[in-house]
Amino acid sequence: MTDTSALQYTAEHEWVLVEGSIATVGITAYAAEKLGDVVFVELPEVGSTVAGGTVVGEIESTKSVGELFAPVNGTVTATNDAVVNSPELVNSDPFGEGWLIKVEFDTLPTLLTFAEYSALVGE
Amino acid sequence: MSHAFAQRHIGTTGDAQSHMLATLGYASVDDLVSAAMPASIHADLFRQDGDSALPPAATENEAVAELRALAGRNTVKRSMIGQGYYDTFTPAVIKRNVFENPSWYTAYTPYQPEISQGRLEALINFQTMIADLTGLTTANASMLDESTAVVEGMLLALRASKSGSRRFIVDTDAFPQTHALLLNRAAALDIELARVDLSEQTTAADLGDYFGVFVQYPAASGRIWNPQNVIELAHEHKALAVVAADLLALTLLKSPGDLGADVAVGTSQRFGVPMGFGGPHAGYMAVRRGLERQLPGRLVGVSVDAAGHPAYRLALQVREQHIRRDKATSNICTAQVLLAVMAGMYAVYHGPQGLRAIATRVQERAGALVAALRAIDVDVLTDAFFDTVQINVPAGAAEVVAKASASGYNLRQVDENTISVSVDETTTLADLSYVVGAFGGRSAFGHVDFDAVQHGLPAELDRTSEFLTHPVFNTHRSETSMMRYLKRLADYDYALDRGMIPLGSCTMKLNAASEMEAVSWPEFAGIHPFAPLADVEGYLHLVRQLETWLTDVTGYDSVSLQPNAGSQGELAGLLAIRGYHQSNGESDRTVCLIPSSAHGTNAASAALAGMRVVVVACDELGNVDLADLHAKIAEHAENLAALMITYPSTHGVYEHEVATICKAVHEAGGQVYVDGANLNALLGFARYGDFGGDVSHLNLHKTFCIPHGGGGPGVGPVAAKAHLAPFLPGHPLAQSDEHYLLGEGGASASVIHAGGPVSAAPYGSPSILPISWAYVRMMGIDGLKQATGAAVLAANYVAKRLENDYPLLYSGENGLVAHECILDLRPLTAATGVSVDDVAKRLVDYGFHSPTMSFPVAGTLMVEPTESEDLGEIDRFCEAMIAIKAEADAVAAGRWPADDNPLHNAPHTAQCVIEGEWERPYDRATAVYPLASLVRNKYWPPVRRIDNAYGDRNLVCACPPPEAFE
Repeated sequence: MTDTSALQYTAEHEWVLVEGSIATVGITAYAAEKLGDVVFVELPEVGSTVAGGTVVGEIESTKSVGELFAPVNGTVTATNDAVVNSPELVNSDPFGEGWLIKVEFDTLPTLLTFAEYSALVGE
Repeated sequence: MSHAFAQRHIGTTGDAQSHMLATLGYASVDDLVSAAMPASIHADLFRQDGDSALPPAATENEAVAELRALAGRNTVKRSMIGQGYYDTFTPAVIKRNVFENPSWYTAYTPYQPEISQGRLEALINFQTMIADLTGLTTANASMLDESTAVVEGMLLALRASKSGSRRFIVDTDAFPQTHALLLNRAAALDIELARVDLSEQTTAADLGDYFGVFVQYPAASGRIWNPQNVIELAHEHKALAVVAADLLALTLLKSPGDLGADVAVGTSQRFGVPMGFGGPHAGYMAVRRGLERQLPGRLVGVSVDAAGHPAYRLALQVREQHIRRDKATSNICTAQVLLAVMAGMYAVYHGPQGLRAIATRVQERAGALVAALRAIDVDVLTDAFFDTVQINVPAGAAEVVAKASASGYNLRQVDENTISVSVDETTTLADLSYVVGAFGGRSAFGHVDFDAVQHGLPAELDRTSEFLTHPVFNTHRSETSMMRYLKRLADYDYALDRGMIPLGSCTMKLNAASEMEAVSWPEFAGIHPFAPLADVEGYLHLVRQLETWLTDVTGYDSVSLQPNAGSQGELAGLLAIRGYHQSNGESDRTVCLIPSSAHGTNAASAALAGMRVVVVACDELGNVDLADLHAKIAEHAENLAALMITYPSTHGVYEHEVATICKAVHEAGGQVYVDGANLNALLGFARYGDFGGDVSHLNLHKTFCIPHGGGGPGVGPVAAKAHLAPFLPGHPLAQSDEHYLLGEGGASASVIHAGGPVSAAPYGSPSILPISWAYVRMMGIDGLKQATGAAVLAANYVAKRLENDYPLLYSGENGLVAHECILDLRPLTAATGVSVDDVAKRLVDYGFHSPTMSFPVAGTLMVEPTESEDLGEIDRFCEAMIAIKAEADAVAAGRWPADDNPLHNAPHTAQCVIEGEWERPYDRATAVYPLASLVRNKYWPPVRRIDNAYGDRNLVCACPPPEAFE
């Protein structure tokens, strides 16, 4: 079980796990719940450069489309093929097997703490 | 004494209306509408009674006789004009059982898939046919016509290409109407078009930078050339290749997919759909693997129902404008379902061998024509051809065309030296002898020797891949089998011939049989869109009359009937606004204000017109938030192009402040676009043009009785004030560019519509215009007003009868709604866990089509009874809704578990209540006969509730193998 209180967050309902210079990114359980049954995930190519705050992918459900924002400037080092093949992982395990991309960054911007994000979604 | 048509069209009688009015506490329908609608917009303020240009109502027989007379003024010649439109034999079994059958033509778009399995299967046949013939993986369930499909192909290439360019290359030998549409649509989006002769030896250096390339296959001139090299060059350049291909030719020619194309587009008209002076027909689009999510329009896919059985439903709906708004893949909504069904059934009936035989005969007839012409030393220019050839007649083209015309044949004059002749499945050797005769090659006895046949197909492009191997295309060869297949599919579906379809915002009113009569008459059905002016006098007269009448009832000055769907009408209206601002030197006016309550198509259309969408908030009553509107106007005053507002609003309410809103936009230099989707609440009582509208589109398939056809055809005329009229869509091949303009003192004047085209054909889908013509002709202004009153009365009656069980979400003055009402199910869901889906699907068990789900507000149902339903049917619906509420209460009270009750398990199939042990906490009769009246009159859904997520995760958009159903 992922310790969600140890993660950092964005206002776009993404979580960020920082390990050294690598940020692992996914969407929160709150976002997955709001989207409903996820049916398709489009992720950036490994090796591509991303700019923090820009749209780099899409998470599509039967009723809506969520955009994946890069939380940091950097280079994509890995994407989760398991999620591309089984998009339902985003619903079943958003903080674990439902991770989306890993980004190597130089500097980490200020992100939301667990307490701040919890306040944002009113939980 | 015959009944006035209005009494046939309007469902509620005088007695019934008195009862409904008493329920609501009003003395008359006029009193009710006056109480609901703001006095400031009432037509009485702007015109005298009797000012209308509409003639007094005709009876059904009189109207049909007038249409007969108009038909008599058209001349049906044998068309050999080609250019994407070919004469065809509509198999009589398809004409009678689909085209003229209300079970098919009165159905709605299959948003409720459990009660739409018949047409969904027919559409997946269509998709399979297109995918097979084009050699690509996924086809959608129709585009509006070939030229708009090419435009959509260009836009798809722009989205999907990683080239970064905004330049699109179009081969010179493409249909002229397609090129004109590409020019018009590219200009609004800052796309540069380049015309290049791609059939010449082309190298990468010749082409420069581009995101996509377009070729016509076979080419417009009839010539067949191999585009493989061009496609490979495009791929090397990270550009996409879009190929418009002739479906009949593809039975003999290597497919676009085999040639490497990314996207194939075209029309399915020649598969049994009459030319109809340009439409309606189903366009198509197919894409290679990996581009499915870029497809515009509707896509049918296979999923499973609650019992795990295969079931069809619309797939990947989030691509569409109701979710993505200005980021949608397209603005197209209504497509051409009825015509796609016909074309798909043509392939089901003929099968692969039959289609090949038809194509081979066409090719041989073309070859016989070439040989016979060459035998008399006529200079045929085309060596590799399928059905069309060009002929060189130095300085003599006009004379030959005139001679052919005198014999009853329309050839195409390309220029003063060149003639083009197209052969189709109806062409006989006798026809060809007259054509040869026009070139001077017919003996005095009428004899032409057709023994020789010039082969036209290049060997390198011979088709070797199989197509239409699925059993459905190899089973129904006898008419008995075909008739029963069509009947079986029709029986799966719920259309207006079974009961009410109370879909809010869709206006599912009567499509009267007398209105349909003229559509299949040869004088309307058998005319080519580019036939000479002299042949189409009746059509042009009908068009002019309908233009006049539509301006009269909307308060505008001129109307274009060209847009062949509401989405295209929106686009045409916005392009007219754009053209107007540009002509005033105000090209910077590109901001389009759209209230948050608007239909998503508004935003999608604005984006395609090159405008930037700025959303205006709505207040808690559902009205435009005036403070926010003023703030947004002030913020964008310099750049304000337009406001798009729906009236009555999408919330089904007559907004009180609409005149004020229009004034504020005008004062800031903007134009007001009034979306006419809800015109059925206004006709005869108020006019958009009176209270501030500059331009509107109308949905003839809503307010003016063109049937929905299961998701098309639609017609979306655009009506405008005089200052915008010159910017309405024109067409380079129009027989006449003069259109009706309301002149001084009501006189009939004319204006030239000089904007770019938005449809392939100059008058869009003219063959269905007699439907709306007949409706207006038979109703007269008084009948139209009575219909509006009856529609508003019915909606308010439903709201009143259901108020104790389902709170009304929005209402306007005096607590009244317009022609539809939104029932708020969110309190019910909160209290009982019963969802909107549960109620919608349970209505199927009660024998109803659900109202509109979760539009425009999630968790609600929007009910629009229309004027055509009688009181008995309206009461039956209300009673079903009340009974369902009682069932939900029983769930809340704990009588049934939340996950095992008649709502959660709805709809119930016969199979699910008969097979095996019954272990539900309610009995079988409750499941399928919740009302005793259903025993003798039961609609049985063929499948249980369908799993949408499964189908979108496992995308299959072609016919599943028969074993899947075992």
